Amino acid sequence: MATKASRSAARLMMAPAVILLLGWMLVPLIMTLWFSFRTYLPLRGGDQGWTGFDNYVRFVTSSAFWPAVLTTLTIVLSVLIITVALGVLLALLLDKPMWGQGIVRILVIAPFFVMPTVSALVWKNMFMDPVNGLFAHLWRFFGAEPVSWLSDAAMPAIIMIVSWQWLPFATLILLTAIQSLDSEQLEAAEMDGAPTLKRFYHIILPHLSRAITIVILIQTIFLLAVFAEIFVTTGGAFGTRTLSYLIFQRVLESQNIGLGSAGGVYAIILANIVAIFLMRIVGKNLDN
Amino acid sequence: MGQIQLNQVTKSFGDVEVIPPLDLTIHDGEFTVFVGPSGCGKSTLLRLIAGLEDITTGHIEIDGKDATALVPAKRGLAMVFQSYALYPHMSVRKNIAFPLRMAKMPQSEIDARVENAASVLNLKDYLDRRPGQLSGGQRQRVAIGRAIVREPAAFLFDEPLSNLDAALRVGMRMEISELHKKLETTMIYVTHDQVEAMTMADKIVVLQAGVIEQVGSPLELYRSPRNTFVAGFIGSPKMNLITGPEAAKHDADTIGIRPEHIDVVESGGTWEGTVGVAEHLGSDTFFHIHNTGLGETITVRAIGDVSLKHGDTIHLTPRADEIHRFDAQGLRIA
Ligand SMILES: Nc1ncnc2c1ncn2[C@@H]1O[C@H](COP(=O)(O)OP(=O)(O)OP(=O)(O)O)[C@@H](O)[C@H]1O
Ligand SMILES: [Mg+2]
Repeated sequence: MATKASRSAARLMMAPAVILLLGWMLVPLIMTLWFSFRTYLPLRGGDQGWTGFDNYVRFVTSSAFWPAVLTTLTIVLSVLIITVALGVLLALLLDKPMWGQGIVRILVIAPFFVMPTVSALVWKNMFMDPVNGLFAHLWRFFGAEPVSWLSDAAMPAIIMIVSWQWLPFATLILLTAIQSLDSEQLEAAEMDGAPTLKRFYHIILPHLSRAITIVILIQTIFLLAVFAEIFVTTGGAFGTRTLSYLIFQRVLESQNIGLGSAGGVYAIILANIVAIFLMRIVGKNLDN
Repeated sequence: MGQIQLNQVTKSFGDVEVIPPLDLTIHDGEFTVFVGPSGCGKSTLLRLIAGLEDITTGHIEIDGKDATALVPAKRGLAMVFQSYALYPHMSVRKNIAFPLRMAKMPQSEIDARVENAASVLNLKDYLDRRPGQLSGGQRQRVAIGRAIVREPAAFLFDEPLSNLDAALRVGMRMEISELHKKLETTMIYVTHDQVEAMTMADKIVVLQAGVIEQVGSPLELYRSPRNTFVAGFIGSPKMNLITGPEAAKHDADTIGIRPEHIDVVESGGTWEGTVGVAEHLGSDTFFHIHNTGLGETITVRAIGDVSLKHGDTIHLTPRADEIHRFDAQGLRIA
């Protein structure tokens, strides 16, 4: 397959896809960079020319910037911890032979197929509504005062919704990893005198480390850009304004495209810092 | 100490009884081999002894104490698995030390025992490698190392050599035998290879469909197989089993004669046939002979390189005192 002719033919045939993808990525990226150096207020005079680094300075010095970064990282970190921990537990559970296994597995995976907007709306209206929500009924049943989740406990609520969305993904990947564990290893550990918890810690967890790494890497990339769940629930209020939400507000609500673009560039930088950081720490697991 | 006794042990998976009631005593220090065809329940029996499977009914005693309900770790047995079951993320040193760490042994003692095991098994140079960086034979030795550091009452081996190539298998066979001589610990060894069974065992247990067909030393089994199954299973190449009028001449339903107990003669032998395939091994030659009128292909071993070719006529004389006689149930007639 790897003759010179076949390789150049392959290149030729791949070219349209590569060019399309590059254009798809590069055009918005370059436009973002371009606008970030300009004063561009669509409703207040349009494009008003170069401003240098003004937008960048204004974006970071705004009082909303650091809280937004913190909120973003809090959501990412909490969701990662919850999904990985519960994902491992669920995967262990689903790995056991039981009645109706196929249906249970499909049910567990189901949340992943629900669109973020829809799932957030379902949570907001059916579970977290302080008057008619399921939680409110549950609280009242036990004689407690219903919590108005989306205002009083906005961050936990968002984290809960996003975790629910991503738990199936983590569970699925971890389940396939657990299924690939040689049962003789567990039996050997059992004979070697390792009780259940030690078997989990010494055999299963190391075996899962690679899968956990993959879950963390992929989820981080998507979680940094969480948007719909916030948009339809709190609208960025009550301390749930993430970086991506802040950018959205600057562009659409304040109608300042230049400032928003500068924020976009910061988001790219943040994502890359986090990615490099993660690769360094956990990426080592992927080597051997 | 390592005496293991099974009393009326049975095992069923759901409705399927894999092991009907079975009694067996394995004495301290004995090298016992379970041998039998695939699916006869050798692994199941070993796993029952190890405690990895629950027995359905019956009792297991280890060193005179009832171990039926004991968890595997409490039985004081060590097992070597067919797939080695090494822990891939741990170095060889940590693999071998694992059972000792689980037993909360002091670090100095652990180090001493690991060093000792490594020198017994020639693993000193590999202690800091991962299992993935070892050859099959070395992995096998690590698995054995992990078993011996615990100083168990008995070792259980489940087809430990079946993943190795032929030459290595012979080497490891010797090493395990020597280890047994040195440690004098009870060993139970599962294999479907009767050559392994013959060469290593003090005592062979021949199983078929979960039933013990015969227990005895390799030579006992070779000299006086209790029935036609054992007769056909032990010995290589297989014993010739002949039925019909030829067997009737000896007042038996079936007679058996081993290939090495039939002499090739120039002329006038008891039997006569044509040579089919001839396997020349140099030291001996195996002839597969057709058209003898005995109903079966007869296998004969001739010492040295006998120059008979495909299609030649061959004359054979079985040694009368080496003929085994079996009745209609396949049982030996004394
Ligand atoms: N977990 C199980 N569930 C149901 N049946 C089983 C189970 N384990 C083993 N068996 C059955 O029990 C019988 C004996 O199996 P076992 O593994 O002991 O055979 P074996 O003698 O070790 O064979 P081999 O030489 O191929 O390893 C087989 O018929 C097998 O199908
Ligand atoms: Mg087996």
